[in-house]
Amino acid sequence: MDSVNSSPVHAAKKGPSIKARLSNAFVSLYEINKFILRFFKEAFLPPFEIKEVMRQCYETGVRSFTLITFTGFITGLIFTKQSRPSLANFGAQSWLPSLVSIAIMRALAPLITALIAAGKVGSSIGAELGSMRVTEQIDAMEVSGTKPFKYLVCTRVLATTIAIPILSTYTAFVALLGGYLNVATNEGTSYTTYWEQVFEPLTFVDFVSSLAKAIVFGFTIGIVGCYQGYFSNKGTEGVGKAANGAVVTAMFMIFVEEILIVQIAGWFR
Amino acid sequence: MEKAKADIDYNDPVITIRGLEKSFADFEVLRGIDLDLYQGENLVVLGRSGTGKSVLIKIISGLMRPDKGEVMVLGKDISKISDKELQELRIRIGFSFQNSALYDSMTVRKNLEFPLVRNRKSLTRKEIDQSVETVLDAVGLSHTINQMPAELSGGQRKRIGIARTLILNPEVMLYDEPTAGLDPITCIEINDLINEVQQRFHTSSIIITHDLTCAKNTGDRIAMLLDGQFQRVGLFEEVFNTLDARVKPFFEYNFIQ
Ligand SMILES: Nc1ncnc2c1ncn2[C@@H]1O[C@H](COP(=O)(O)OP(=O)(O)OP(=O)(O)O)[C@@H](O)[C@H]1O
Ligand SMILES: [Mg+2]
Repeated sequence: MDSVNSSPVHAAKKGPSIKARLSNAFVSLYEINKFILRFFKEAFLPPFEIKEVMRQCYETGVRSFTLITFTGFITGLIFTKQSRPSLANFGAQSWLPSLVSIAIMRALAPLITALIAAGKVGSSIGAELGSMRVTEQIDAMEVSGTKPFKYLVCTRVLATTIAIPILSTYTAFVALLGGYLNVATNEGTSYTTYWEQVFEPLTFVDFVSSLAKAIVFGFTIGIVGCYQGYFSNKGTEGVGKAANGAVVTAMFMIFVEEILIVQIAGWFR
Repeated sequence: MEKAKADIDYNDPVITIRGLEKSFADFEVLRGIDLDLYQGENLVVLGRSGTGKSVLIKIISGLMRPDKGEVMVLGKDISKISDKELQELRIRIGFSFQNSALYDSMTVRKNLEFPLVRNRKSLTRKEIDQSVETVLDAVGLSHTINQMPAELSGGQRKRIGIARTLILNPEVMLYDEPTAGLDPITCIEINDLINEVQQRFHTSSIIITHDLTCAKNTGDRIAMLLDGQFQRVGLFEEVFNTLDARVKPFFEYNFIQ
């Protein structure tokens, strides 16, 4: 994904000064806020592009499904395996399902889902809208009296905001299955007992904060991808930059949001 | 094909531009443009690359904002109207892009019906299909209906692009270099198409081009954009009956003596 920035030409060029970078950062912060406001202004006015939102949800799911299944399962399996020795020191292997479930529900599932989706979905949104901008397809929509912002941006942002929480739930499920595989082979725990132990330590706050995270991450991925693509610079290089920028910015923001939401959830525990 | 006599109403301007200026950073592209486009007329805009021809029609269609001056399109001042009015106005203006700008994730059929489906909600499926077939037939590309834009040649893309703007029956057409990069035969076909659109739908058009054959065959009047202003406007013969060194090369290059 870094190919644009690490090409020899770019490496040789001297970057802008720190001051210029800072002022750029503030300008983009202002611009992206304007973009978000515009989303809220247009997304909830009729006509609702329900068909297009559904199609984009499907795209989001399809694009990340395989990788999420794989990563989720492996994460659950490895996490359980690696945690066992520490618990075994206290003779507390029976707590393993509870530990795994807390780790996955509270932290891992939304985060893994969001990072993968940022890479798979965010980048393709950035590239797609970027190339539409560059080849004047967005202008063409504009002059034919259709609102490209609503049709292209609002639908994609809504779609990621809806799809990421669903995917995140699915990630939690496969990760816990991974955990089960390990627990079952080592401790011989039965399937029903495992799930009972999984749900036992989880509180209402856990579910809500996990869901909130996934929603916020989904929104972030959609907004950042669309913003990068919609305002991408002319030229094919602009498309690459839009895709790259979509991933890097979204990942950064996801980590910041993770910290914030964990803090806020802490007040309710 | 010789151009048939057009039915032009010189008392009814559909586009009136006065004192239009536009710069990018400190580069003044348009420096006081005055222009009238009359009902039913084909006006050809000639000019060197980078003189701001595309910028001019982007301003007319509201894609760019003018810095200064008045741009009246179909009776509305383009820089003073609301978003809603602009959207309604745009449906009455067709814009054929320099690079076609087809939606490459959609088939030809979807490309053509997109403006219809989204602007005329009351149409039935049958009416939509009917309109799509009619415009495709008008540009002579009925067989491409289920193809993707990537599978079309440059000339075909151009014609689909024109068909997509025709489907809303625009009162004004803006063609950005309709014949650029095409072979002579396709050029002639496009010129004929432009004239046919003028005759059949009684549209008024601005045609941007470098191609003097296109200018001669489609234009009722020619306007020469030089140094950010229209220096010479009139009939083809009037515009080129000059010794101006900035105008002559156009003529000499296009019509090898
Ligand atoms: N969005 C933009 N930002 C900055 N400068 C621009 C922009 N659009 C056009 N320009 C500048 O305005 C000038 C005129 O551009 P324009 O595209 O109108 O040229 P043109 O007359 O259509 O040329 P061509 O015949 O090559 O299409 C160019 O020098 C270009 O650099
Ligand atoms: Mg141009």
